[in-house]
Parts: sequence; C-alpha cells; structure tokens
Amino acid sequence: MTTNHIEIILCRQLADFLTVPVFLTDPEGNLLFYNEPAEELLGKRYDETGQVSVEEWSTVFKPLDLDGNILPPESLPLVITLTNRQPASGVFWIESLTGEKNKISVTAFPIIGRPDRFLGAVAIFWKTTTP
Amino acid sequence: MKITIWGTRGSLPAPSPENNHFGGNTSCVSVEQGDAFLILDAGSGIRRLGNHFPPGISRVDILLTHLHLDHIIGLGFFLPLYNPAIHVNIYGPTGHKENLLKRLQRYLSPPLFPIRLQDLLSPPNLIEINESAFDIGPFHIKSSYICHPGPTLGFRVENEKSVFAYMPDHEPALGSAHFPSEPAWTSGYALAQGADLLLHDAQYTEEEYRPRVGWGHSTMSDALKFAELAAVKKMLFFHHDPSHSDERLQQLQQKAMENNHFSFKTGIAAEGDVFYL
Repeated sequence: MTTNHIEIILCRQLADFLTVPVFLTDPEGNLLFYNEPAEELLGKRYDETGQVSVEEWSTVFKPLDLDGNILPPESLPLVITLTNRQPASGVFWIESLTGEKNKISVTAFPIIGRPDRFLGAVAIFWKTTTP
Repeated sequence: MKITIWGTRGSLPAPSPENNHFGGNTSCVSVEQGDAFLILDAGSGIRRLGNHFPPGISRVDILLTHLHLDHIIGLGFFLPLYNPAIHVNIYGPTGHKENLLKRLQRYLSPPLFPIRLQDLLSPPNLIEINESAFDIGPFHIKSSYICHPGPTLGFRVENEKSVFAYMPDHEPALGSAHFPSEPAWTSGYALAQGADLLLHDAQYTEEEYRPRVGWGHSTMSDALKFAELAAVKKMLFFHHDPSHSDERLQQLQQKAMENNHFSFKTGIAAEGDVFYL
C-alpha cells in the first residue's frame, strides 16, 4: 500500500472543509479526490466512485465557450496547469451528462512540493450563474 | 538491530525528579548493527549517547527528522563531532531555499553557540534527503515528509529481519474527517506499515490537543489509532509533553487504553530502553 504525498493529503483535507467545488488530481490528471460541492457538479459521490481515471472523468463535462462551441481540452485551465505546471483560469460553460448547463469560472494551480516535486493540481470550479 | 532510547521528551528538556523514569531529555534514538551506527535526532539525549559512544566505531550517521530546536539542541554537545577519527554524516530534510548547513547554523553559530559547525576540526558531511531511500551498512532507510509544521521527515529503518519506524513529531489526524480509516490518505502510513516497533508522537491529551490543532502533534488516542491502522507489532508513546510527569504519563496511558483492545503491544518510551529487533 502506498500513501499519497503529504501535500496531496493536506490538500484533500482542506478541500473537505470548503464549500466551493474542488477537484484534486495527480500529475496525469486522474481525479484523486473531489469534495461534496464538487459532487453536485460531477453528479457522482466520492464515497461511491473513489478515484476516477482521467479518461473517465474528462468525458463527464462538455466544456463550451460563451458562444456554445465545444472547447478543445488544451484550452481548459486544469489541462493547462497539468501541462505547463502553472496556474491557469478561465470562464466557460459546462454541460453535464444530464444536459444541465452551468457557467463556471475555473481556477487551477499546480501542487509543487519540496524540493520541486510536481505532485498534481487543484481546480476550483466556481458557478457564476445558472441558466 | 539494537535500538537504544536516549531521549523521549518533546518540545523542551524537562529534567526533574518527577520525570526520572521516562526521562527529561529530548528526542534521540540510536540504531546499531555491527559497525553501522545510526542516530535518529540530536535532542539533548545525544549528549549522554556521546559520552557512551562505543569504542571502535569510526563512522556515525545522524538522521534528523526536522530542525526544531528540541531535535538538534544536543548536536553541539555530541563528543564524536569533536573527534577527527570519527566521520560524522548528518542527514536532514530538504527545505525550500536555504541548504541544510545554513539552517543548522542558525543555532550552531554565535551568538547562540560559541562554535560554528564548519569550523570543527573535522566538519560533518551534510546530506539533504526528502522522499528518499538509501542504504547505510545493513540498514535500508526510507524517509518521507509527514504532517508537522516545516519540512519534517519520518523514517523507516529496515534490516534483513525487521522494521523500525520513527515518527516523533506527527499529526496524522490533522483536518481529516475520516482518520484513521484510509491508509492511502494517512500521513506516514507507508513508513509505519507492519513495523516491528514504532515510536510515535503522543504528546497531548484530548483536552490539550483541542486548542493546539495544527501544531504537529498527536494525542495518545490518535497514536494508538495510527498504530492499529498501520498494523504494527509494537508502538511506544514518544515525545512526551514536558509538563507530563511519570505519574501523569502512566495515568494518561491507562486512560487511553481503557475499554480498548489492540492487536499490538504498547507502552511508554523511557530513556534507557533497549530493544533488539
């Protein structure tokens, strides 16, 4: 049994106490943890899914630009953060599997522990309006 | 491996008649096998260890979990440091900016200490470690950052037969709503898993812990839960609060064990304890 890095453990523990949706991924983008507010967006409960592979959770949302066009993955803040290891943010629409649309602001930042170990990323999804 | 406890106290040396049994010196433990001689932490207990240093040992490896004063306060009083015939390696956690020498020098230089570390006749070799695995003699050592303020490591020392885990300053329950149910999400779990002996932080009572959440220490109760989760064979309470007398420690242990049955042996670490694993 391996243990997550302490930085990841502490990120999860913080996210667990927050009321904004938080997604926590490993360097490959696999979803390690999402908190209760994020469960509403994802439509799934963490207790039921546990960790979710990048292939699986990247298809849960359809990201759309403000004109309704599908956004390419490389333009999404979390993908930018995982690729460049830099913070990124953006505002766009997401359409869930149930067809529900939400306008959200996403801020993602890398988790870089001592000494310069890239361990993953945190993405905060902020629902700006509801249609 | 032979394990000897030279200091058990947390935060501050607390010598007093009331603390004679469990000891007043701060964290220091030696681990030896053949010619290999490891010292875990350089609290005030290392001074006495230096006075009883086995003849014939020409190399000593000091592994520091972190640089809080109670874990390095004895370093300048460790006699082998002043003996050019003994080669001293000091391992410490990688920080963010300053190297290990600069961080140790904050204490080991004037005005806090009369001699600068690098001015010793035979200065120690300083090695920074983090999520590391390395060998010293017959020992395979793993270090990993664990939950405590500032860069802090826990250690797992293995030989061909047994495992010793050392986490004197550790707060695995911090912020966790689920502690101790998920091994992968528990700080220090992989270091302690299946250890024959675990020395673990047990500084506080429940009442003492409440206003000190985030200070990096555990209750006896959380130490027991952590040991149970990690399926260790034996766990000793370590890093005793300076205000806890021998009598008080025994009362607290009794209370923590009340109505609980654990699958491992437990006790209170005392200065002078020796274990063979």
